[in-house]
Parts: sequence; C-alpha cells; structure tokens
Amino acid sequence: MLDPMELEAIELSLRVGAWSVLCSLPFGIAAAWLLARRDFPGKALVDGLVHLPLVLPPVVVGYLLLLTFGRNGPVGHWLEAWFGVTLAFTWQGAALASSVMAFPLMVRAMRLSLEAVDRRLEAAARTLGAGPLSVFATVTLPLMAPGILAGAILAFARSLGEFGATITFVSNIPGETRTLPNALYTYTQQVDGEGPALRLTVIAVVLALLALGASELLARRLKRRLAS
Amino acid sequence: MLEIAVEKRLGDFRLDVKVDFEATGIVALFGRSGSGKTSLVNLLAGLLRPDRGRIAVDGRVLFDDARGIDLPPERRRLGYVFQEGRLFPHLTVRDNLLYGRRRVPRAERAGPHFERVGIERVVGLLGIEPLLARRPSDLSGGEKQRVALGRALLAAPRLLLMDEPLAALDQPRKEEVLPFIEALRDELGIPIVYVSHSMEEILRLADTMVLMSEGRAVAHGALEDLTSRLDLRPLTGRYEAGAVISVTVAGLDLTYGLSELRFAGGTLLVPRLAAAIGSQLRLRIRARDVSLALSPPGDISIQNVLPAVVADIGEESGLGPHGGPQSGSGGDPAGGEVRPQVDVRLDLNGVPLWARITRRSLQELALAPGKPVYALIKTSAIDRFSLGRPPGRRFLPPD
Repeated sequence: MLDPMELEAIELSLRVGAWSVLCSLPFGIAAAWLLARRDFPGKALVDGLVHLPLVLPPVVVGYLLLLTFGRNGPVGHWLEAWFGVTLAFTWQGAALASSVMAFPLMVRAMRLSLEAVDRRLEAAARTLGAGPLSVFATVTLPLMAPGILAGAILAFARSLGEFGATITFVSNIPGETRTLPNALYTYTQQVDGEGPALRLTVIAVVLALLALGASELLARRLKRRLAS
Repeated sequence: MLEIAVEKRLGDFRLDVKVDFEATGIVALFGRSGSGKTSLVNLLAGLLRPDRGRIAVDGRVLFDDARGIDLPPERRRLGYVFQEGRLFPHLTVRDNLLYGRRRVPRAERAGPHFERVGIERVVGLLGIEPLLARRPSDLSGGEKQRVALGRALLAAPRLLLMDEPLAALDQPRKEEVLPFIEALRDELGIPIVYVSHSMEEILRLADTMVLMSEGRAVAHGALEDLTSRLDLRPLTGRYEAGAVISVTVAGLDLTYGLSELRFAGGTLLVPRLAAAIGSQLRLRIRARDVSLALSPPGDISIQNVLPAVVADIGEESGLGPHGGPQSGSGGDPAGGEVRPQVDVRLDLNGVPLWARITRRSLQELALAPGKPVYALIKTSAIDRFSLGRPPGRRFLPPD
C-alpha cells in the first residue's frame, strides 16, 4: 500500500519526533519549573529565549543551529572532538531542530499544569517527612502529569511538521533527513509529483489525527485518576 | 513541654507569641479568626519561618535563630491535620496512609511508639478499613478527614497539630469525626495541639487551652479555669460565655427520661444522655441559661435549683487587665453608657458558675459578693453540644 520511500519518510519522521520529545522532556520540565516556581534576575530573558522559536522564522532558527552545532560551530566542533557526535546533516540533527522548534509549546503546557498544582499538597507532603526532591517526584510530577503529556504530544506533533529549521540545518538527504515534510517538499518540486505529494498529505493528516486522539484518550484517563 | 517564643511579621499582622505549656492530651489553641492560630501552627510545623525566636518540643530545638537552627518540616516529626484534609488525589487511601509511614527515619522505627501506632490499629480506630482501595475523590468530607488523621498519625509524630479539622464539615459530619478524635486522645497518647474557634469542640476535646488574641498568646491553663475568668470573657466569647464543670453520671430516671448528674455543688437533671452511670463528663453551662432567686421558688417548671453564694459581679463584656474588649462583636462600652446586663459569678461549694442577669435584677435583688442565692438552670439548656468526655476513659464505640 505504501511504497518504500513513503515508509522510509514515515519511519524517519516518527523516529525524529520520538527522540526529539524524549531528549527535550527533562529540559522542558526544568524550564517549566524555573519559570513557574522561581524568581531570579534575568527571568524575563530566559522566558523570552524559551519562546523565541515561536516567533522567529524557522529558517533563522535552522541557520543559527547550523552556526552553533555545525562541524565548524563552537558546540558542534566540541561535540565531534569529544564524543564523535555529528549533528549537522544527520537525523539526530533533525531531532535537535525539532526539539528547539517545539520547546516553547512543550514548556507552555507544562508550566500551566505546574502552576495549577496545589502547593498546599506539597506542604502536606513535607510535614509527612518527604524532602523537597521527594515531594517533587511523588506529588508535583504526578499531579502535573496531564500537562507533561499534553506538552509531549504537542511537541511530537510539532516535530512531525517541522520543515524550515530542519531543511536549513540538516538539509534533505534521502534516508537520513528526508522526513515527511521534506519528502513532500521534494515531490512538489518534481514535474509529476502531484500524486505522491497528495498521498503524503493524507498520511500527514492521519498521523496528526492519531496523535491528537491518543493524547485525548490519555488525558481523559489521567484526569479521571486525578479528579478530586 | 512546648516552648514557643516567636515573632513573625505577615503584612500588617504581627505575631508575637511567648508561651510554654505541657503538651499532654489535647491542648486547644483558641481564638477568633485572624488571631494568628493557624500562623502559629504553621510556624511550629516549619511551613512558615519566624523572623526571630525559638521553638522547642520536649527539649528538642526545632527553630532557634540565635543558634542558626531551622529544621525543615520533614525533619520536625510533627504531624499536621489540615482543615481541608489535603489528601493526595493521585494516590489511593492506602497509599495516602502509608505516605508518611514509609518515610519514618530508621532511628524512629525502633521506638515503641512506632509499633504502638501501627497501620492496623489506626485503620481500626478510625474505621477506614472499607475505604483503603478508594481514591480521595470518592470519599465524603468526614471520611477524608478521618483518612487525613490516620495519615498524620502513621508518620509516628511526636506531636500532632490539628488546624480546625472539623471547620469545613457540617454538623452531622462533625459528629461523625469527633468520636474518632476522642479515641485518638484516649488510646494513642500522642499529644495534640488543636486549633479551633468553636468552644463546643474545645469543651468536648481539650483539657487545657491557650487563648490567642491579635497575634499573642493571652492566657493558658485548664479549661475550667480560663472559662471562669471574667477578664478573659471578651476572648472566650460573649454568647458562649459560661462555666465548664466536671460531673459524674449518677442516675437515670426512666419514667421521665432524665439523667442525673452529680458534682460538688449539687445534682443536675438533664435530658437523658448516652453515657453509662459512673462515667465522668464535662458540662458547659452558659451564663445566659442561669437565673437567680433569693429563695427557692415553688410552683416553677425549672428542675435545677442549686444553692450558691455570689462570688463576684462583672460587666458582661469584661474589662479585665488582660486585653480590653475586642472591637467587633460585643461592642465597646462607649464612655459611660450603661450596659443592660451583668455577669454574676457564683460559688457552688467551690465550683464556679456564671449567671447573666439584667442590671435591674442586680439592683432589685441587692446582690453583692457573699450573698446566698439560688441558681436556676433549665433542663433543656443542657444538650449534647454542651457535653464533653474528659480523657482517661476508654473509648466506647458509638452504639
């Protein structure tokens, strides 16, 4: 039903999306916690930086990533010298581009849920002998779980659709960085590409609906558990 | 022994509490809303940090700014039952109960206390066995508070703080939870600091009381003593004003459905009580339910006529040296204005009792300290809300 090239693009998109979400999850939770619970000098700046990918043209983000994480970029050079990790023009780089682009959405959802966590429950946990870290792990995190889930799904969906930053940072290499949007773009540039482009469009819509459905289902189940 | 000497500024409110008291049984922390009761309890628990001062429980220093000591809440080993329960919504009742239990430090587990207050005992005492698998969202208000009580107890605290644990419940729910608190007091031997603004609850549960007003501890001592002090009348409440006396159930009149209560000052007939003969009760008699006569009246429906001697005559609102009348309810006796009522303190063979009468009666009867009178108390003035069971009795399950 699906031809190998389509399968490859779908598999790659899912892989990039999953890794992008998994790797940015701890950072997302940390950023949400900092922004929701802490007051520190420069908070507005951090807030702005987190939200920057939302308002910058994706191409700009991609180009900044290339400058920073490219082989000759300061971080990219260091990563390659010490860990042998190359991000530019690899699928791992595509995951990084997705993470950065989806980060504001992820943090936003988590921050809202963290702000809704009843701090009086955390105080109660302290009086029951739990230290701050233990309280975070056993009370705060479970209570913000619906927000974490929402943030993760949103980020995953955003990652499936990432195009501008990806193509700028890691280009459009078949089998390596040709994700669904990249493949779709390739077809639209070909003379007889309308048919395959349409098929990919349908696939993209189905994937997006599945992600939304899954998130709705999980959110409902969580909400029932947390209802008070 | 609880040693408290703390200062804390909270916006415009200043808390400045210096009080030491023996923590045994239930100590009531009583005061109007806004008197600083909850803030004080939060300071004890470590949820609020004093600006300066010292807090020690049985010689163990929890806070001392001079020595740089400030134990975090989790290391203070004080249990806390909140007004709103604060059960963890994502955990079952069982896991809520075990939350603190699992975190009791190893050193504390060795003590006899940890074993004595075990899960089966607490679950049995609180009657929450059928709830264990449920989630807090499926519990009624009274059930939630019972689980919250159990959760705090199972963390093996050295002292239990209870911040108006019944205030959010309606009367039937209160009646449901109260016996369990009495059971804890009588069976587990954990000292409890009980915050309340309800004299009813305090009467029923506490032995001693710390009176709070405007961020200060104004007085502390035995319930009977503090409620009979005229100078504290503005704080113990005008409407609630009255005496608390200890009585023994002496008999039951089945023909008329009356219980006979005996105390040093005589015998009282009250509507039948659900208490065994010989059991000790604490009874509150409100000043406004007591009338006075110079001779024992005949042809009268009142059953309780007790000989007494006038001990003292005070203004209704009290103008003692410890804190003048509070603004708000009660009102200020504005310059020279005559108050229509006075409170007369009576001595019934050593037991104090209060009578609230009009100033006009005072003059017509020519009452003065030392004058013999008869106190008239309507039987129906004493109901189940004016009764308390002092500690020491074994808990009898309702039924």
